[in-house]
Amino acid sequence: MSSRNLLVALAGQPNSGKSTVFNLLTGARQHVANYPGVTVEKKTGSFGVKGTSVKLVDLPGTYSLTSYSLEERVARDFLLGDSPDVVIDVADASNLKRSLYLTLQLLEMEVPTVLGLNMMDVAERRGQRINTDKLQDILGIPVVPTKAKRGEGKDALKEAVYSLAGNAGPSFKIDYGKLEAYISELEELLVEDPVLSVLYPVRWFAIKLLEGDSETAELLKKTHPDAQSVLDRTDSCRQRFQDEDGNACERHIAFTRHASCAKVTRETVTLPTEKRRNLSDLADRYVCNRVLGPLILIAILFVLYEVSIVFGNWLALQAWPLWGALESFFADILPQAGFLNDPLLRSLGLWVVKSLTAILNYLPIFFLLFSLIAVLEDSGYMPRMAFILDRLFRRFGLHGQSTLPLILGGVYVGGCAIPGVMATKAIPDERARLATIMIVPMMNCLAKVPLYLILIGAYFPDVAGVAMFFIATVTLFMALPVAKILSITVLKKRPSAPFIMEMPPYHIPTITGVLRRAIERVWLFMKKIVTVVAAVAVVVFVLINYPGLTSSRTAYYEDMQDTAVAVFMKDVNKTEFKDVIRSHDVLPIILFGEALKNAKRKITDKNMSAAINEEFQAGNPIYYAVIKRVGKDAKKLNKSLKKVIQVRKKVRREARAERFETSFLGSMGKALEPVTQWAGFNWRINIALLSAFAAKENSAATLGSIYGIDGSDQSVQDSMKAGEIGFTSLHALALMLFMALYPPCVPTSIMVRSQTNSTSWMLFSIGYQTLLGLFVSSLVFTGATVLGLTGFQAMWAFYALCVLATLVMAMIPNPEERKAASAAIITPCKENCS
Amino acid sequence: MTLNELRPGACCILTDMTAEGALGQRLMDLGFCPGAEIEIVRNAPLVDPVELQLDGYHVSIRHNEAEYIRVEA
Repeated sequence: MSSRNLLVALAGQPNSGKSTVFNLLTGARQHVANYPGVTVEKKTGSFGVKGTSVKLVDLPGTYSLTSYSLEERVARDFLLGDSPDVVIDVADASNLKRSLYLTLQLLEMEVPTVLGLNMMDVAERRGQRINTDKLQDILGIPVVPTKAKRGEGKDALKEAVYSLAGNAGPSFKIDYGKLEAYISELEELLVEDPVLSVLYPVRWFAIKLLEGDSETAELLKKTHPDAQSVLDRTDSCRQRFQDEDGNACERHIAFTRHASCAKVTRETVTLPTEKRRNLSDLADRYVCNRVLGPLILIAILFVLYEVSIVFGNWLALQAWPLWGALESFFADILPQAGFLNDPLLRSLGLWVVKSLTAILNYLPIFFLLFSLIAVLEDSGYMPRMAFILDRLFRRFGLHGQSTLPLILGGVYVGGCAIPGVMATKAIPDERARLATIMIVPMMNCLAKVPLYLILIGAYFPDVAGVAMFFIATVTLFMALPVAKILSITVLKKRPSAPFIMEMPPYHIPTITGVLRRAIERVWLFMKKIVTVVAAVAVVVFVLINYPGLTSSRTAYYEDMQDTAVAVFMKDVNKTEFKDVIRSHDVLPIILFGEALKNAKRKITDKNMSAAINEEFQAGNPIYYAVIKRVGKDAKKLNKSLKKVIQVRKKVRREARAERFETSFLGSMGKALEPVTQWAGFNWRINIALLSAFAAKENSAATLGSIYGIDGSDQSVQDSMKAGEIGFTSLHALALMLFMALYPPCVPTSIMVRSQTNSTSWMLFSIGYQTLLGLFVSSLVFTGATVLGLTGFQAMWAFYALCVLATLVMAMIPNPEERKAASAAIITPCKENCS
Repeated sequence: MTLNELRPGACCILTDMTAEGALGQRLMDLGFCPGAEIEIVRNAPLVDPVELQLDGYHVSIRHNEAEYIRVEA
């Protein structure tokens, strides 16, 4: 036994404490990935028992093992395809009857199963007594009571797995009564197929066929030589049974399974005589209350926002020196800067590092967000949130669980689409989930805010607060109608799942549990995003720097540089530095000065500052003299050097702006002008917007470099106002709206791809938002120009339009509702609606 | 009568479940079977969905899903 490794699967229903058991067994040795081809998370870990190494795979939590939901299919495929040596079935001891429903299906699949009776403490607290010996006898499998939350039962569980491995599957069978004859009939046909009868348990296969399970029929077609005749026989059996019994096969099977569970439970569990309202129930009286419920919800979301976004932003600012140090570290080790142009390795290297630090900067926010989400998930509040808001969101084709992704994306101001899209994982309804993924990037993420601030500062200075309120809230009124339109058009065919959601008792989350999850998700995020961001940064670098300046323009800038240096050298020759400083020393002196300035940045201590001075002086006393103005001649020369530095800054800035303008991206911006003119965007704005695709912060930064602010004290808004004479508040409004609807940035697009598991959805998401953004901003700009409205008037006219669209969209019934209405089975909601 | 006609606070016993396909399977998996005792706990603040207690645990379903559940008091 010790010579081989064991493969063990961990199965269990949602809310049975399965992940706690997983952590208990494996400790820190975990690995998170996805099941092949789907977005379902696959956690694997390992542990050792008696010298045998065990690989533990966490199956998705499911109530049953049908083929109706993705999770159930994944779990089933793993059990059949990877044939684990042992399955640990985690059951909620306080709710044994329902938990057994899954257990009995596992036994039907004839996999060696250990029943882990978890949450024994809860069962005891509720006064339930479970006779585990008897349960073990009835089911014929090892039963191990555990209290995973308190760390009890770990060794017993490992022991049971070890002893069970290699044994034959369980022998417990549900008696399906009248259906048994039909099961045998199909079994006889199935055993004729030598492949199938080895691959799958035959009785299970027959039952699944009778259930009308579509996946099993597919399996049959793959292996059985005469699948059609078996399927025909199945249909005949189903029909004959229904005629005989009155119930459809699948109903009879499910009902009989439940009856078996009830019977086993009756024989093994003693319930307390008096029924008590538990604490969760009491809490829900307030948490789900008509008045208090929404208030508590708002309060919780407010705290979430304040802690993760506001406090997180502050924390990110505190952590910035770390990333800044990383940047200057690379600035030091990369080849030195040139006078006019920097070496490619330097400019590209710094560009990539800056792109990475821009995203790393958000780490504290992500960490806080993920921790708080873990708290919400573990506490059991999430289903309550969905319960309270479902009706509202459903009107727009969304789901109660869409709340959190939208909040994270930035329903008000400041969020991030990346965790927003990640959080859509919890939405069980495929159509609503896709609709949510499509609108999360329309929320106001943190990176959109700088551009808003610039535009509002420049063009709405008197009504800044109101303008901010406008852009912060109008996005939701744009997103909701869009979600509805998507869900009744492109998403119409996507499967919509029933709502039915368990409301588990509240739990107090544990610190280790929360931290573990937060760190796990941050790590997953880093792995996914960082490499892609670096790769995209290189592409964008090429787009904005090439084909580069023509040789005549380069010569022009070089000429300016040479003139400046020549003037400086003339001054040098008038001083004692004659023949000491030569023209090839000019650039090194400038860089020496910059290095000294950098070294002393943020150093306030006098002694340390003196030490740095000494070090630099020892390094090069002559350069030091010029920079620190030691002696009369050096003072003079320093003045002259300052002029050279200014010229250098100027030519670098102008050359960069020109390179930008003539770059591939610049040409694109110009080529787009005929289209974007309706939205009021000229090519400069186009470039800024195009550059924002890599990361939205770029829009403000690019505007900064286009209007050439670096080196001067002017703010971007002032230089933009000065640079764009014809711009009005209407231009600014159109630009703000475009930014609000801007397609997801590269990292978010990657997340969309991974959450939808499809490149086409990612491209769709990018495409439709670009078109929508152009449409909306053109509508507002051109419309308001024709009507002669000011930016401020247009703003509120548009706001009213959006609110109206939201109301109209809420009225349109969902596809299901329409179907139901036409079938006339909807009975008007009577007494219950009061 | 059907489950969605009952007011919060009422108790009933499930007699039949008429939904088919995914909805039917899911309801059955969660224990909506003939003979199950159901208590209507509360409506959501916006009336829909409704929270039920069944077999000692709580589950919420939408009113249009509750239409498929036949009960008697």
